[in-house]
Amino acid sequence: MSVFALDPAYIGGFGLSEALILIIKVVGAFGLLLVAVMLMIWFERKLVGDMQNRIGPARAGPWGILQTLADGVKLFFKEDLRPAKSDRLVYRLAPYMSLVPAFLVFSVVPVGGNFTSGDGTVTWFGNSTFLQVADPHVGILLVLALSSAAVYGIMLAGWSSGSKYSLLGSVRASAQMISYEAALGLSLAAVLLQAGSLSTHEIVAAQGGWNWNLWVTGLVPALVFVIAATAELNRPPFDLVEAEQELVGGFHTEYSSIRFALFFLAEFMNVITMSAIIVTLFLGGPDGPVLTERASWIWGVVWFFVKLVALLFMFVWFRATLPRLRYDQLMDVGWKFLIPLSLGWLLLLGALRVGRDRGWNTAAVVVVCVAAGAAAGVLLRLAVRSGRRESGELADAEADAGEAVNVGEPEKGS
Amino acid sequence: MSDFLRSYLTVGIFALLAVIMVALMLTLASVLRPERPQKQKYISYESGVDPVGEGWSQSRLRYYLFGLLFVMFDVEAVFIFPWATRLETYGVFGLVEMAIFIFILALGLFYAWRKRVLQWV
Repeated sequence: MSVFALDPAYIGGFGLSEALILIIKVVGAFGLLLVAVMLMIWFERKLVGDMQNRIGPARAGPWGILQTLADGVKLFFKEDLRPAKSDRLVYRLAPYMSLVPAFLVFSVVPVGGNFTSGDGTVTWFGNSTFLQVADPHVGILLVLALSSAAVYGIMLAGWSSGSKYSLLGSVRASAQMISYEAALGLSLAAVLLQAGSLSTHEIVAAQGGWNWNLWVTGLVPALVFVIAATAELNRPPFDLVEAEQELVGGFHTEYSSIRFALFFLAEFMNVITMSAIIVTLFLGGPDGPVLTERASWIWGVVWFFVKLVALLFMFVWFRATLPRLRYDQLMDVGWKFLIPLSLGWLLLLGALRVGRDRGWNTAAVVVVCVAAGAAAGVLLRLAVRSGRRESGELADAEADAGEAVNVGEPEKGS
Repeated sequence: MSDFLRSYLTVGIFALLAVIMVALMLTLASVLRPERPQKQKYISYESGVDPVGEGWSQSRLRYYLFGLLFVMFDVEAVFIFPWATRLETYGVFGLVEMAIFIFILALGLFYAWRKRVLQWV
């Protein structure tokens, strides 16, 4: 028991009430995630079915709501095949590496509490606590670290299978995920600028009373974050990692039985946790109108889940509507558009805030920043083009953007 | 153990629980599922025909340059995040400093662009 007292959250000692709170939080978050994943898979199939004029799952339970459970139970009874050419240890390790980070991200998300008229804490068994499992000072860094760690599961799964499709899928996955990881981190900096803290509940508290980062940071960081998150999750239209027409199943081609189910679980759990992170960062977390004074934290929970479901709907909508990108287009969007955009926007926001402290004219700051940014952008862009013209590549490059060029080889003109 | 690291104890408990759950599911499945080994079942999948060559055939690691660029931008985030959380403290000085820093990084990105590193072949 004394080991728990090491956590500063239990600085006053670790008694029965703290233990109860810990158990409620951990078990609650665990159950919540598992049930949410089950419902999410059903929700996606049903919704895509509706959008494509089909019925979708309809047999197991009312409206087919138990379909996921039925599929899961089925997979328990399937033979587990490990290809003879696979790497045994890594092949078995990969599902863990994929699923555990997906769980952990959720531990720093505040899922409720009254941040609108209170400080966001609830009082259980005489202890005031936030409605999040863990409360590290740098919760956002933990989120970033874990979303990077999720790459390992996919990469190792693809590599260890010893199959060509799996290997290709994992190469694509790692390149895609690290590319968009950069854009994800940089768009997030705008939120940190606004909140002045890396702790998740302080970010939420800074957005209290409709000061949601979605509009306070001016839409652009939120859009960049959603695009980068979609790519990070390998969701359509960025699901090149498992493009069925090209790669069969991508990194999990060789996985069967329950191991396959674990990857599937991890994928959908990542969708849910990433949506929860977007709600926390940009949509005010549990912020919303508090309708009753008694147990006002309940409303936080309600609004949090309303926003979460709205975001999940958005991700399913993406899948039903948008066609898949080509791989080189995908990389171009990440590196040549999202990263420069979020860097420029970060500087603009920083200048605006510094200017507000000093009493500068806001319009002048915006004009100067946009002019400086545009000048720098044009300058650098011209450098890129003149470099290509010297080497006589421009005509070719514009005629066929997808043309194969040897990357490592120095250009003639340089 | 420092005060900073201690706050991850609950995260650790949560991680442990997740690992145990995965292990339990795998164990349960290994009890329930049938096992009827046949040599053909363990061949790597290659659209139904016998696989040609090695599964780990040599392929060009095109993305190592992306990997290097990613490291550059991740290290950049290490500098940007502290500045972003303490914007008021550094004021105009910090802003100008950060603008120069980001411009140099953008220069690096555009250099890579000009060198056509950002092109997926």
